[in-house]
Amino acid sequence: MPSPTTTRPRPLSPNIQIYRPQLTSVLSILDRIAGVFLSACAVVLVVWLVAAASGPQAYAAVQAAIESWIGRIVLFGATFAFFSHLCGGIRHLIWDTVHGFELRSIYISGWAVVVASVVLTVAAWVVSASMGG
Amino acid sequence: MASQNRQNMRSPLARAIGLGSAKEGIGPWWAERVSAIALVPLTLWFAASIIAHTRSDYATFIVWLRTPLAAIMMILLLIALFYHTALGLQVVIEDYVHSATKFAAVIAARLGCCALATAGVVAILRIALSG
Repeated sequence: MPSPTTTRPRPLSPNIQIYRPQLTSVLSILDRIAGVFLSACAVVLVVWLVAAASGPQAYAAVQAAIESWIGRIVLFGATFAFFSHLCGGIRHLIWDTVHGFELRSIYISGWAVVVASVVLTVAAWVVSASMGG
Repeated sequence: MASQNRQNMRSPLARAIGLGSAKEGIGPWWAERVSAIALVPLTLWFAASIIAHTRSDYATFIVWLRTPLAAIMMILLLIALFYHTALGLQVVIEDYVHSATKFAAVIAARLGCCALATAGVVAILRIALSG
């Protein structure tokens, strides 16, 4: 007679730290972290728009915070988070059509997301700087 | 006895239909995809617009936000963005929070997204419809 499950410990899957990080798992969690970080950025977006609606003084205050060096670092992080979540999201939408699940395709699309995110982030800041920012 | 027989006359399929947890699960999953597809052009337009306005002062920026295209795109962006954010945060919360605070966190995320989307849309309307 097997003992009731409550009297013996249930088998547990190994903790996440056991596994060697792979491109697939790293991109998976980065996509999530980027999404949560972008949620916080969305709050800043609304603060910025409400300040713009309130008048030049409120807008100047928020704009000064964004243009401070710490603001610029966060904005750069937000740019990278945006492009990686965008590219990662497009990868997910392709998977939703039941395409690209072969191991080779998974790694090609994974590295494509990494390269595209970096290139688009740098391109966005280079173009912005060329506008005189 | 009659009712007992009636129960047994039902086919297994008839008894199974409508039971279980997989009745409406596709809804949020589908909504996350639809909002994601909407956000691709909306966020790219927003990023391009903000980059184009790198050197713009307040007055120039406001004049741009007052154009119908900018106002409409910004409102669509805010609605799709916070709809997608609410769905995404709910998935994250449900995956990592297993205590009673899970429900409080999901409700807070949803209400927060509703409030932020409304505040953003009202801000755009104030700019677009003023003067």
